[in-house]
Amino acid sequence: MNNKKPVLKQIRESRLFWPLVALALILLFDAIFAPSFFKIGILDGHLYGNLIDVLNDGAPLMLVAIGMTLVIATGGVDLSVGAVIAISAAMGAVLINPALGKELITNEVLTANKTNTPLGIIVLANLAAGTLCGLWNGMLVSRARIQPMVATLILMVAGRGIAQLITNGQIMTIYYTPYFWFGNGFILGLPVSVYIVALVFLIAWLLVRKTSIGLFIEAVGINPKSTYYSGISEKNVKLIAYTFCGFCGAIAGLILSSYLHSADANNIGLWYELDAILAVVIGGTLMAGGRFSLLASVIGAIVIWTFTLTMYTVGVPANALLAAKAVLVLVVIFLYSDQVRRLVTKISERKGAQHGPTH
Amino acid sequence: MENHDILCVKGITKSFPGVLALEDVDFSLKKGEIHALLGENGAGKSTLIKVITGVETPDSGTIEFDGRRIEVKSPQHAQQIGISTVYQEVNLCTNISVAENIMLGHEPKKWYGAINWKKMNQLADEALRRLGIEIDVSRPLGNYSVAIQQMAAIARSLEFLSAKVLILDEPTSSLDERETNQLFEVMHRLKSQGIGIIFITHFLDQVYQVADRVSVLRNGRMVGTYDLATLPRVQLVARMLGRSLNDLDEMSREKLKREQAEEETCVLEARGIGRAGAIEGVDMELHKGEVVGIAGLLGSGRTELARLLFGIDSPDTGALTINGKKIEHFNPLQSINLGVGLCPEDRKEEGIVGDLTIRENIVLALQARYGWWKFLEPEKQYEIAQKYIDLLGIVTPSPDQLVKNLSGGNQQKVILARWLATNSQVLILDEPTRGIDVGAKAEIQRMVLDLAEEGKSIVFISSELEEVLRCSHRVMVLRDRKKVAEYPGDVDDQTIMHTMAGIV
Repeated sequence: MNNKKPVLKQIRESRLFWPLVALALILLFDAIFAPSFFKIGILDGHLYGNLIDVLNDGAPLMLVAIGMTLVIATGGVDLSVGAVIAISAAMGAVLINPALGKELITNEVLTANKTNTPLGIIVLANLAAGTLCGLWNGMLVSRARIQPMVATLILMVAGRGIAQLITNGQIMTIYYTPYFWFGNGFILGLPVSVYIVALVFLIAWLLVRKTSIGLFIEAVGINPKSTYYSGISEKNVKLIAYTFCGFCGAIAGLILSSYLHSADANNIGLWYELDAILAVVIGGTLMAGGRFSLLASVIGAIVIWTFTLTMYTVGVPANALLAAKAVLVLVVIFLYSDQVRRLVTKISERKGAQHGPTH
Repeated sequence: MENHDILCVKGITKSFPGVLALEDVDFSLKKGEIHALLGENGAGKSTLIKVITGVETPDSGTIEFDGRRIEVKSPQHAQQIGISTVYQEVNLCTNISVAENIMLGHEPKKWYGAINWKKMNQLADEALRRLGIEIDVSRPLGNYSVAIQQMAAIARSLEFLSAKVLILDEPTSSLDERETNQLFEVMHRLKSQGIGIIFITHFLDQVYQVADRVSVLRNGRMVGTYDLATLPRVQLVARMLGRSLNDLDEMSREKLKREQAEEETCVLEARGIGRAGAIEGVDMELHKGEVVGIAGLLGSGRTELARLLFGIDSPDTGALTINGKKIEHFNPLQSINLGVGLCPEDRKEEGIVGDLTIRENIVLALQARYGWWKFLEPEKQYEIAQKYIDLLGIVTPSPDQLVKNLSGGNQQKVILARWLATNSQVLILDEPTRGIDVGAKAEIQRMVLDLAEEGKSIVFISSELEEVLRCSHRVMVLRDRKKVAEYPGDVDDQTIMHTMAGIV
């Protein structure tokens, strides 16, 4: 091919460039102010350390960001993922509850390390609940033609109520140890959640790059009218994106409830939708829809968690974290503003090359 | 009247990745002059305007305004200096009043800070009167025609930006004849006030009607600037095309040849197909290898008919049969599966998917036909895209170029390629040459005839009668949302014009 573009420019135009710059900046900060951040040790044959925590703690967000990417690429947004996490977590926790279906409930029964439901059924119910939520959102957006923000707001508000109905208003604590594997287990030294993310990522990647769904999603996000006139069912494209986003939320709920050993309808997955949107934005997908990169969004999620854990490491108190996060958002927005980018382009071009200008 | 240059552009060069858009271009505009700027699509007209108005920074070259050298930093800066642009699509707010649009940012205030509506309407009214327009300025801008909206934009730039140079970018492309004349009156008025006007258009008639001088761009270079009084029309066209006119002559000869091409296989048959508020029952037949032209004025129901035939809208009455199959559920995918393709009138909004590449735009409909799971591998996509890029002569450095960066003519070819890739047998072309320069126009017309010869059936809709007559075997005339007549292709344009206008 006639790729005459200078290497530097190719790198800068890559979708992964800016998210990686953001990540590098944070890690640079760690290298200077908190070198302990990079320490990785081995305990009981498992790797541990802050970097591993980033992957393990960040896994639910990465999952949600994958789903959110597809939704945002269609030109929509899903505000309900936090609530979907709560619903699917509640679903799992209720089915695990050994008191389920028992007449006589004693504390002994309740806190026993056992369940009457097979683990497979629990996981399936968990996934089904979230996927169903996604389907609902998709129906509202594509069939009832409600604006995505409004349509998903409904479930965002109602979802935690539904989760409470499922758990009967209780904060469900889980005592069944096999269930903890998803959020706390290790395979070959790495957290199980990392493998789950990899699997979901692979599914999503195959879906968008090995079927025509990816092309259709981008086309719908860019110009729904032209896309419809080309014979593509814009409705079904959206339905799939939202349903898949619900599915991702469900898995995030599974991991989170497993990690926390509980399902608190009011707090589990709180504000995840906003973090997920931020991750997607860091990943460079436009809120208006169109071109997207799943990997960039995952890196976006990693950026958020690296930042969060960095703040903990340098001793920023938890209640000041949100303010610190605001700084991150601000920096990201600056990095992505056209004005700033043009400036960077100008500077690097003046320094570097005699090659043609960009626009 | 003074006769010095108000705007003088020298040696402008501007390149984009893969394209040299302008190369050493000189251009000058006198005070009180209407200067037409002509050129094929992609010749560099818009880039030149963008450089003058500060949207793009030139790689080299100078701009002098009123004798002083200037550097235009941004469109706002250009306006402050006195260079105003009115675009084809008016960028005003249609939901607020005409007066508000004209006075936006300069509203007269009462002593306590509230807007003085009475004064504002009065000032706006006066501003429009000076252009010879009398309308109720307190009504929303959207209630008025595009012509009036353009006048409001012009009034705004004259009143508050004290424009000395006015750039009109294809102002007449969506105006009817009366509105166009109204605009020309205003242009003459401004000219007599000493304002320099750059007039960009595709209509040669209008150039001769209103302009003093003309500059022709071709492939990013300035071919020359000419006095229109001494430049015969044929010469002008030849300069724009950079080639002799034999090409165009040849095409009219082809018209004679095509009479024998007609066959009797009916591929599309409409019986009384109509939709309330859009078009009344239309009968039409389209045979294999035939081009049926549809002539009619704006608002005669041309586009509405095209939408029904392609299944975007479903009809209230009548029946449509395509390739012997009666259509029950109207939607584009159904039509595509039956071998129908539509090149819509609004290329940008309904045709291309701008941020996708040429390759993706070309395979889009084919992929829709294949469905979700039968994915065309990238190699296959490249193969298909390259085939049609070569076949239709789409000018691009690579199939990975974003479609929005192409010129109008090339975009149209991409959409045509989309339908050829799905092997469509029936093509509905709604204004396929709108906003396209003379050269690409001739090319597309030729393509239409070639495709018909290969056995495709084509519905050819155009507001340019000459073009309809040149390309069609039969011509249907629509008026007031009704089909009023059908003629053989060798009908003379007088008859059709009378039918279109309703004087039979």
